[in-house]
Amino acid sequence: MSKTSDVFHRAAGEGRMTFMPFVTAGDPDLATTARVLTALHDAGADLIELGFPYSDPIADGPVIQASYTRALNAGVTVDAIFRMVDDLPTDTMAPLFAMVSFAIVFRYGTDRFLERSAACGFSGLIIPDLSAEEAGDLNTRTETAGLDLVQLIAPTTAAERADTILRTARGFVYCISVAGTTGARRELPAELADQLRELRQKTGLPLAVGFGISGPDQVKPLAGAADGIIVGSAIVRRIAEAADADAAVQSAREFARQMAQAVAGVAPSARTA
Amino acid sequence: MVVWARKNIMMGLCPTPSCQKAVDSMSSASSELSAVPDERGRFGEFGRRYVPETLMYALDQLTEAWQEARSDPQFHEQYRTLLRDYVGRPNPLYFAERLTKTCGGAQIWFKREDLNLTGAHKINNTIGQILLTLRMGKTRVIAETGAGQHGVATATACARFGLPCVVYMGEEDVRRQKLNVFNMETMGAEVRPVTTGSRTLRDAINEAMREWMASVRDTHYIIGSVVGPHPFPAMVRDFQSVIGTETREQCLDRIGRLPDEIVACVGGGSNSAGMFYPFIDDSSVALTGVEAGGRGSAAGDHASTLTWGRPGVLHGSYSYVLQDDDGQTQDVHSISAGLDYPGVGPEHSFWKESGRVTYTSISDDEALQAFHTMARTEGILPAIESSHAIAWALKSAAERRPEDVVVVCLSGRGDKDVHEVARLTGRDLS
Repeated sequence: MSKTSDVFHRAAGEGRMTFMPFVTAGDPDLATTARVLTALHDAGADLIELGFPYSDPIADGPVIQASYTRALNAGVTVDAIFRMVDDLPTDTMAPLFAMVSFAIVFRYGTDRFLERSAACGFSGLIIPDLSAEEAGDLNTRTETAGLDLVQLIAPTTAAERADTILRTARGFVYCISVAGTTGARRELPAELADQLRELRQKTGLPLAVGFGISGPDQVKPLAGAADGIIVGSAIVRRIAEAADADAAVQSAREFARQMAQAVAGVAPSARTA
Repeated sequence: MVVWARKNIMMGLCPTPSCQKAVDSMSSASSELSAVPDERGRFGEFGRRYVPETLMYALDQLTEAWQEARSDPQFHEQYRTLLRDYVGRPNPLYFAERLTKTCGGAQIWFKREDLNLTGAHKINNTIGQILLTLRMGKTRVIAETGAGQHGVATATACARFGLPCVVYMGEEDVRRQKLNVFNMETMGAEVRPVTTGSRTLRDAINEAMREWMASVRDTHYIIGSVVGPHPFPAMVRDFQSVIGTETREQCLDRIGRLPDEIVACVGGGSNSAGMFYPFIDDSSVALTGVEAGGRGSAAGDHASTLTWGRPGVLHGSYSYVLQDDDGQTQDVHSISAGLDYPGVGPEHSFWKESGRVTYTSISDDEALQAFHTMARTEGILPAIESSHAIAWALKSAAERRPEDVVVVCLSGRGDKDVHEVARLTGRDLS
């Protein structure tokens, strides 16, 4: 059993959902990011997404884009991110997933990117602008490298298309909750529950819901429907608003603790696999 | 395999009966160069779709609507009528007698896109896409714009059909292009300044794509060039191909043969794609795309994507891009806001790699000089974008024989540029 499926399995055994925070690598700097990652793990994050800053992100909302711009202005590079992860005790930490645009993966060299990601301790990749069609044999190459290539499903994804996407999905399924960009929203759309129910019947993979989740209040409505909750912008904003690195780490830790508590009592979906 | 049947599309989109004769003279067999893209939007290796899953539905829906429209005679009739009565097509093919004499070589002819409504080729595309918008039953339009020409052309089409229109424009460009902002607003469009990233065209595209992800159910995104994910590059090329198809007809009619060389400027590449495509299978016609050479070849000093860039992913497609070694988009510079773009349409990358089209670049200074030469010898103020093509044509024509014919796509008029040109020559018009 992979580290990722182990995490979901264990959480299901405890009758709870998982919590997946997202942070931008290098905002405000990589040393702080390393501390934030450790704090998130300590506070009970089950999986962690690490965003690679990109100059032209289409899927991201204003909060995450601004964090990318800050990180790039501060001089963050792909290799520097890998070196930061090299130094983390990833073996004993929550599985770490790279959220990265295909523009970056392609330029770095796809195979080289896969090798380097696996070597430094990532458990998988989320490439939001790489569709199932264009992924081609990247799924198998990613698997060979020992990584999960996570697939995304949107509210606008038709049922037939979802079948195609799920055929190559690994790790978990990233369910985009709203038709739009990332960013905290107060309420989740009602159709989401219906879509999750449909997906539950199609796949045995864990379903993680992201885009538009702002805090603990949005966990309960997903009881029994999802296996994980992804929160990005709300944490990125806390880090951005913190007075200094210590405050950023503390604020991220506090938020993760609240989220970990929020998911503790909430049942995951009825997964058969 | 579904391919974009060139001749049928050209035929349908031609504004005049004689223009359709010109299409008849085109080879009916599609070559490897013209039978693109395939059903996944691939021009050879280039093109495709690199977009978030949320956009896939919208792109599939648009592809389907365009495929239906292309085979509907009524759609073609509507488009042709609007081009004729509203845009003012066909526009002339003009022999520049004095410029030819000054140059002392081949004959220089201009395809007069500057005489269209709104003063540029952009309207050919927005009229086509507004008809598609109505066909899809969508009730609202968004667009991006850099210098403002595409924004104005979109605002114009929306005013004509009474649709609400939002134009995303980099904050930096809003400041530099006040006249176009005023024009758009006068026609009822809302101009939304984009304050993210570099605050220019590429950020305006990012912002429009983002908005579209959330509004796709009732909104159509009219992209302004042959860039972005499939089907945009092919669809915009098809609408702009009216330029090349008319040119072909006019050459046969006026000169009795096809030209020796065709020259057009390339930013995203829509006027050049529309000009070149109907000639792509005519190997006797040399095709030259002219990029913005700016101040020099160092990164950040130019916008010559095909000349100095390399293949990569930007704005949803795989094409030549100006990126650093980490895949981050590089800053670009050009005297011309319309060419100031770090990517290029995927079909141009395909044409470059196949060797069918030659791409070259012209510096800011050379373009400025061509602007003045054109003004003084022909009494025409060309857009500073088009001035890049003129500058190259002057070089090429000078080395050609007098019986040779060089046709330049005069993609737009230069009224919008006079403030900038005055500033660069030390005069203040404000």
